[in-house]
Amino acid sequence: MSKILKSLLVSSALVAAPASQAIELEVTHWWTSGGEAAAVSKFADAWNATGNSWLDGAIAGSGGTARPIIISRILGGDPMAATQLNHGRQAEELIEAGLLLDLSDVAEAGGWADIVNPSALLDSCTLDGKIYCVPVNIHSAQWLWLSHAAYENAGLDVPNDWNEFVASAGKLQAAGTLPLAMGQQGWQQNLAFGAITIAVAGTEAWREVTVNKNAEVAAGPEYAAVFEAMVNARELASESNVQDWNQATNMVITGTAGAQLMGDWAQGEFAVAGQVEGVDYSCLPGLGLNDILDTGGDAFYFPVNDDPAITAAQKELAALLISPEVQVSFNLAKGSLPVRGDIDMSSANGCMQKGLKILASGGILPSGDMSLSADTQTQIEDLMAQFWSGDMSAADAQDDYAELIAKAD
Amino acid sequence: MTVISDPHVQPTKRPRRLFKNLMAKLASIPMILTALVVFVGGTAWTVVYSFTGSRMLPKTNWVGLDQYERLWNSDRWIISITNLGIYGSCSLVLTLVIGFSLAACLDRKIRFESAFRSIFLYPFALSFVVTGLAWQWILNPDFGVQSIVRGWGWESFVFNPLHDANTVIYGLLIAGLWQGTGLIMCIMLAGLRGIDEDIWKATRVDGIGTIKTYIVVIIPMMRPVFITSLVLIASGIIKLYDLVVAQTGGGPGLASEVPAKYVIEYMFRAQNLGQGFAASTMMLCSVVVILIPWAYLEFGGRKRG
Repeated sequence: MSKILKSLLVSSALVAAPASQAIELEVTHWWTSGGEAAAVSKFADAWNATGNSWLDGAIAGSGGTARPIIISRILGGDPMAATQLNHGRQAEELIEAGLLLDLSDVAEAGGWADIVNPSALLDSCTLDGKIYCVPVNIHSAQWLWLSHAAYENAGLDVPNDWNEFVASAGKLQAAGTLPLAMGQQGWQQNLAFGAITIAVAGTEAWREVTVNKNAEVAAGPEYAAVFEAMVNARELASESNVQDWNQATNMVITGTAGAQLMGDWAQGEFAVAGQVEGVDYSCLPGLGLNDILDTGGDAFYFPVNDDPAITAAQKELAALLISPEVQVSFNLAKGSLPVRGDIDMSSANGCMQKGLKILASGGILPSGDMSLSADTQTQIEDLMAQFWSGDMSAADAQDDYAELIAKAD
Repeated sequence: MTVISDPHVQPTKRPRRLFKNLMAKLASIPMILTALVVFVGGTAWTVVYSFTGSRMLPKTNWVGLDQYERLWNSDRWIISITNLGIYGSCSLVLTLVIGFSLAACLDRKIRFESAFRSIFLYPFALSFVVTGLAWQWILNPDFGVQSIVRGWGWESFVFNPLHDANTVIYGLLIAGLWQGTGLIMCIMLAGLRGIDEDIWKATRVDGIGTIKTYIVVIIPMMRPVFITSLVLIASGIIKLYDLVVAQTGGGPGLASEVPAKYVIEYMFRAQNLGQGFAASTMMLCSVVVILIPWAYLEFGGRKRG
């Protein structure tokens, strides 16, 4: 029996070999936390199963640390075979300089235009009609995470939206609980700003400012209300001394804080802590006010390579990353939403189901990464860092913000 | 062959001076080239491209002084240079004073001198990242100095420099001094050991007090040592970056930002090379403004004298 099995294996190996001689591809990414590493190993396993090998190039630190390393390696003529980046405008100039591989033929063969949902994801990979990246997941930022323990302790019902949360904050404070946990880093404060904007000003105003860069709307009454709400939120978070987002999430998990504004990746922390959605914590997409999520996320880019064998393998990997089985196993491990609407995600938990429902109903917005350049994003983050840590007035912050939007590109 | 054997074709004096120590000059060519290409060339390239609107990749779309205008209108840049000013002046004065005082104490032939020397020098062996993290924990109100003192019974004790925008720079200063003074102390100690014993004997004969001897006689004699220390401290101040990243990350808000961090973040995170180059050119200017008068005094003065 074992002989037959062996010969079968050998013959199958022989058949597989000419198609792709085991090629080692180095893949760089910044998924290094527990859940993230588990997710990326799903990719690696699937790729190794094809007879090729995956050389893992994990770069510790967040995207802000990893991105310069990745970009300088591509620019410096030492490109990896594939790399994670956030789809959007981060790779625009690399594409213009002809440093990234055109994946249009793979996309056409795989029918990506039909399967990728929302289609905006594929648009953000497209420049001049050609496709340069494979979106692999969707992360959205507009979530309010609530601690049931903190509300029980204060003898209150868990709020159903942002307004109820703000109304309940006083009683939380009286019970000795910090109402809003907030990591003191620019990107988190900017994330909170984006989430509050969509909840308070609505999607129309948001789209006008972020996508069309209309500074008049940014200086107008809708945004004045946003900055008033921000001053309010700043007071609710004034006792929050933590730096990292997961430390803030941990305050919600332990019930020392009532709520946190954070992206859907926060549920990984709740899962690791063994908490159950609806019992120990609640999640409110769109802060419970608008059934709307943005569609940021991660994508893989493939730097141009001289070796045709590697180019072929890169295209093979691109097709693999978006294949149904890999999408399911990866996204379940990562806690993110899949990029295709035609796969079965019934094993996903409550929060993910909420997100999937919103995606299916079309309640989506492009992410800030897709609309604003990294330069403008950094300037807005700087403004938010200054606003949240100091005592800047709402009007001053709004003036500065409108000025940034006027100069944005 | 014939040329060499013919005594009449002796080269004149000037070329011979050029070929004097020929091997040494040949050997230093790689270093000279490196200095020219990497330092001077790289600096010139940076300055030139600071007048362009380069984003992720360097491009030659000239925008005049736009980058500088934006730089000086940016709150973050103003905060950064103010911080560098405060940190720089405090660090310069305190490192010299503490370093010299420690060296002078060790030089009084105390017991266990080498043990103390090692203790003071140890922090220098750590990287700034380790120093920054260690001091972040020491200054953390929940499990650092504040909680220890409160544990002793002083319940109202408050020592929380890193979370207050007005004091965070002094929190950095403490860590910087802890790391940097050991080295300066060693250099000063070496300088003190170089002072002839007879000088001390002479001042004792003249009845000059110890402290006065240090200030009036010893310190002026240690001028080269002070210059070396000054250069080391100043270069450490201007490139202050890793300590901030590790200890505060520039926070709270923007309160502990420094120019080097602005340069790195605008060049890479914001993918705006032009803006980063403009900021680094301003850093270069600040160094040059200090360096040129000093070099003029140091070298120009001596030639005349």
